[in-house]
Amino acid sequence: MNGSGTQLGVRRSTPWLFLAPYLVLFITFVAIPVVYGLWMSLHNWDQFLPEKPWVGLENYTQLFTPGSAKSAPFWSAMKATAIFTLFSVPLLVIIPLGIALLLNRRFPGRSFFRAVYFAPYVLGVAVVGILFRFMLDPNIGAFNYLLSKLGFAGDTPWTTALPWAWISLVGMTVWWTMGFNAVIYLAGLQDIDRQLYDAAEVDGASRWQRLRHVTVPGLRSVIVFVITVTLLASANMFGQAYLTTQGAPAEKTRTAIMFIAEEGFQDFHLGSAAAMSYVLALFLMALSAGVFFFFRDREEAR
Amino acid sequence: MGRGDLTRRELLAAGAGATFVLVTGCGGSPREEITAAKFPGGTSYDGPPLTLDFWNGFTGGDGPQMLTIIDAFTKEHPNVKVKMVTARWEDFYTKFPAAISSGKGPDVAVAHSDQLPINAAHGSIVPLDDLVADLGLSESDFAADVWQAGIYQDRRYGVPLDMHPLGMYVNTKVLKDAGLDPEDPPKDRASYEAALKKLKSKGIQGSWASPFLFTGGLQFQSLLWQFGGELVNVDGSRASWNEEPGVEALSWMKSLIDNGYSPENIGQDADNIAFKNGESAFMWNGAWGIGDYGATEGFEWSLTQLPQIGTEKAAWSGSHNLVVPRNNKPDADRMQAAKVFIDFVTQSPSWAEAGQVPARTSARESEAFKKLEAQSALAEEVPYVRFPPPVPGLADVRESTLDQAIAQALGGGVSVKEALDDSAKRANQLLKFNHEKYAA
Repeated sequence: MNGSGTQLGVRRSTPWLFLAPYLVLFITFVAIPVVYGLWMSLHNWDQFLPEKPWVGLENYTQLFTPGSAKSAPFWSAMKATAIFTLFSVPLLVIIPLGIALLLNRRFPGRSFFRAVYFAPYVLGVAVVGILFRFMLDPNIGAFNYLLSKLGFAGDTPWTTALPWAWISLVGMTVWWTMGFNAVIYLAGLQDIDRQLYDAAEVDGASRWQRLRHVTVPGLRSVIVFVITVTLLASANMFGQAYLTTQGAPAEKTRTAIMFIAEEGFQDFHLGSAAAMSYVLALFLMALSAGVFFFFRDREEAR
Repeated sequence: MGRGDLTRRELLAAGAGATFVLVTGCGGSPREEITAAKFPGGTSYDGPPLTLDFWNGFTGGDGPQMLTIIDAFTKEHPNVKVKMVTARWEDFYTKFPAAISSGKGPDVAVAHSDQLPINAAHGSIVPLDDLVADLGLSESDFAADVWQAGIYQDRRYGVPLDMHPLGMYVNTKVLKDAGLDPEDPPKDRASYEAALKKLKSKGIQGSWASPFLFTGGLQFQSLLWQFGGELVNVDGSRASWNEEPGVEALSWMKSLIDNGYSPENIGQDADNIAFKNGESAFMWNGAWGIGDYGATEGFEWSLTQLPQIGTEKAAWSGSHNLVVPRNNKPDADRMQAAKVFIDFVTQSPSWAEAGQVPARTSARESEAFKKLEAQSALAEEVPYVRFPPPVPGLADVRESTLDQAIAQALGGGVSVKEALDDSAKRANQLLKFNHEKYAA
């Protein structure tokens, strides 16, 4: 019946048909907005005014003109994002790995602990943000109250002064999302052949050496995935700072995304908000490319 | 009528529809349509039955109060039903213009007086000069300042519903315990500082200086006016909060911390909660505190005018205004019904039960209002309440400059003068930018 020509009924159009649904979504929600945003960023674009004057690259140049009204707050927001990323990513890459290693062992109650570490991740950012905002409040929060009961100073400004606000934001994010990374690691660990460990043990490898030479290489692609995903998530941080510190003290914990949202939707300067988004996106693309490059290099060197 | 299950979904749908406009920017040409909108004359509606969509941000205790007014309205006008949709004010002001420009706006809405200029400039709301003429409303029926706050570029865009000025709440138990007379709260700088000193000797930090807009920013604006200053110059093109009065105002707030009358680095709302917990004695807060404190069981409090710290009396105030959104296809019946509704709501004294001071003199002088002790105390501030000037985008500029300067000076280690100067410099650029944008 399905004699000559097409095998298994595969026609030329079949792959396209399979790709089509995603392609439509991609074009509608990624490709078109990307181009359209670029067009916007070249205008003084107020979505509710009929006139949208062309301003060329002004929305970009103002970001790189020291002393302009937009440059200082924008770079302060970029700096806030950078600080958060710098401190949260290493913790979110290393701590979940440790947890995954522990949870990969056999011990009574293992499933319970797996659930415990993953549990916070199911909470929405609104829940986590408001929960911590009240627990960490410097004057009326439960955290300072408990610290004072334990004999420590109970007046640490966890959400209203630096560096405490960063410690709070990084800490709550680690608590909240480490379960997700741990589960990814756990899945990766279960893919590593047990025989490799047995062989290493026979060769007299210590526990550290087994981690260093069996586990980590076995997890390489998983680690690249975790780093990339965590990097992008941290660089796009919005909810935690929006809800817990409101950017306080002053605008020191206002992240890039927070500032861009304010600029575009609250202050109706969509043009300059779009320009800021492109600058942020360029940074993130460079960073992701760096991660891939770093790990690809190492793989080839082996 | 009422807030059914659908309202949230409908608001979301409107928001989704609006997203299209937001992205594509094709909202037609608002200015032409505005001039086309005309209210039919008269003060009554006897056309076919219809349902008005009424949007506002009354998500707190004020929501149910508005619903009872709507009930009363429908009893008197059975052919007009009103469907109320609420969203938090923060979300409201981003969704509202988007919904209108996608043709999904309501028939009538509430907006704060300081949001009228930007919405007028965006063509989101229509001038109401016809409407107030039909209803025979004039400045003499309202507190003068609140009436003026509804005008932008010589046209009226809002009918004032209420005022919610900043007043001084007193934790009467804390005052009593410290040996102060709660019946005679401080009225000027000397007695205020003396009371704080006495409270401090009893271990109470009496007056918390919050670095957030609520309530530190509102306190600063009140003090700025008390010292004879202004937020911006006459035509709204330059910030003037960094002049001498602003420096004095913020320095005084800073002195509360330096003198040990306030902790440093206060979290958002912590000042309010500490006040209710008896950890502070005085709270400069808006009229919305009446509902909050009234609902706190066993809490002993009173409300009085702000003390005069500067050279004159002044208190920040906001005001809710009834507005009519632009409609691409104006419907005379709906506009007439909206007019009748606006007239009814602004006359209702029962709105004051939500903690507000009615804007209309007739409502403020009614017996029903005089029975409300706390609200009446606030009404004594009416002769000197101040509203932010009608400059489009000023609220947003202030938020990204002045509000941060206050936080920097109160806990960020930046000197008062430097923080104010720096913020004013940035604000001037933003104001100039807005001025050019909205003057077009």
